[in-house]
Amino acid sequence: MFPADLKYTKDHEWLKPAGDGTALVGITHYAQEALGDVVFVDLPEAGTSFAEGEEFGTVESVKTVSELNMPAAGEILEVNASLGDHPEAVNEDPYGKGWMVKVKLAGDLAGLLDATAYAALVSAESH
Amino acid sequence: MSELMKTPLNAAHRTLNAKMVDFGGWDMPVQYPAGIIAEHEAVRTRAGLFDVSHMGEIRVKGPGALALVEHLTPNAVSKLAIGQVHYTAFLYENGTFVDDLLVYREGDEEFLLVVNAGNSDKDYAWVQQHAPAFDCTVVNESPTTGQIALQGPLSLEILQPLTATQLEPIGYYFFTHGEVAGIKCLISRTGYTGEDGFELYCAGGDTERLWNAVMAAGTPKGLLPAGLGCRNTLRLECKMALYGHEIDDTIHALEAGLGWIVKLDHGDFIGREALLAAKAAPAPRKLVGFKTLEKRDIARDHMPVVQDGKQVGFVTSAAPSPTCGINLGLAYVPTELAKIGGTIQVEIRGRAVNTEIIPTPFYKRTR
Repeated sequence: MFPADLKYTKDHEWLKPAGDGTALVGITHYAQEALGDVVFVDLPEAGTSFAEGEEFGTVESVKTVSELNMPAAGEILEVNASLGDHPEAVNEDPYGKGWMVKVKLAGDLAGLLDATAYAALVSAESH
Repeated sequence: MSELMKTPLNAAHRTLNAKMVDFGGWDMPVQYPAGIIAEHEAVRTRAGLFDVSHMGEIRVKGPGALALVEHLTPNAVSKLAIGQVHYTAFLYENGTFVDDLLVYREGDEEFLLVVNAGNSDKDYAWVQQHAPAFDCTVVNESPTTGQIALQGPLSLEILQPLTATQLEPIGYYFFTHGEVAGIKCLISRTGYTGEDGFELYCAGGDTERLWNAVMAAGTPKGLLPAGLGCRNTLRLECKMALYGHEIDDTIHALEAGLGWIVKLDHGDFIGREALLAAKAAPAPRKLVGFKTLEKRDIARDHMPVVQDGKQVGFVTSAAPSPTCGINLGLAYVPTELAKIGGTIQVEIRGRAVNTEIIPTPFYKRTR
């Protein structure tokens, strides 16, 4: 449920470093399950820069809305335009087709959790 | 926090991998693995099965029962035939809501009042408080009663093989007593989804057997277990009121658009004088339906309605509508703004967003 090659935030975003100073960002399996059916993902324009922890968008489900916060400082290189017609990809494939933005990293990833630490956090939250 | 209350179906929900939430102190399923949209569509096109055992049941019986229920509710109770149900309310003297409820006429001198789970204790106290002046008994049957709601166009076809009672002749908002899957039930052709369907009341201890029998009969026909998440989107599309949203103790029955349950010329009831006065004066606000114009603009419950930067009203309920495919909502707005086709602004996370007032209900089934 929590791939080992990803980094995680306490707010349930994931970040996947590509190794070239860029990374993909999305929300975790746990987050999509808590939201339920996703109907819209509001994402920023490419070229916008965000600080670590800053809100960069929102994800709306039938039931509720949740803010998306940047796992690490960086500039948006690309957004996942296919979510416009297929927001359900966030539910069906949160670590794959459900990715949200590609960022050029501007800082380090020291503040992020590894899969083991994130799994422990989720387990504590759901009990 | 005190422990959540559980319905007799709690274990069944967990077996079905439901996502459970605290709903007014009850541990209830908000959705099953199929999800809110799939459950919503099942109810609109096939059928869904809801656990509504958390609802409250109050039985009033005796020579003074009719007079008590007429005193407590604004609808014309004496016009109810035995075997008939109607939607009504408990009102305060000022015409605002204690709760909304269904009244079942079980006999000349016997009524079953079905109230909201979260208001059940308050409602029972309210009935008890007024009962001493009337010759009748009041019994809170909530702790010993289970209830499930089978809703959707295939409801009759799913339920009929489980009972010798002929279901087709039961009219909308009528009920009868019979056995379903060998279990004694009150079989009521009512619901909170805008579809055909049946609400089945039984003894608490029989509820899980009844649920399993209906699930087994319906699953081959596409029945899904349905949670509170889709119950809310289904009722919102039909503009059915929800206590704590469209109605509460600050909103009176006429501004809620529920004038049709208020029979002002049918004898006295608590709240009648206030509603007579309200009817004589121009209404300052009205409940309207709206849609947002952009896909990204999704209004939510309790957001402010604004005009020139000032709050002039509020959203009662709002959500993306699975059936209509647009973002809908209900809101109280000043009467001068309440025109079909008119624009009202809803403040969505700091942005004033234009929405259009559209006719309600948003959805109506074709019979």
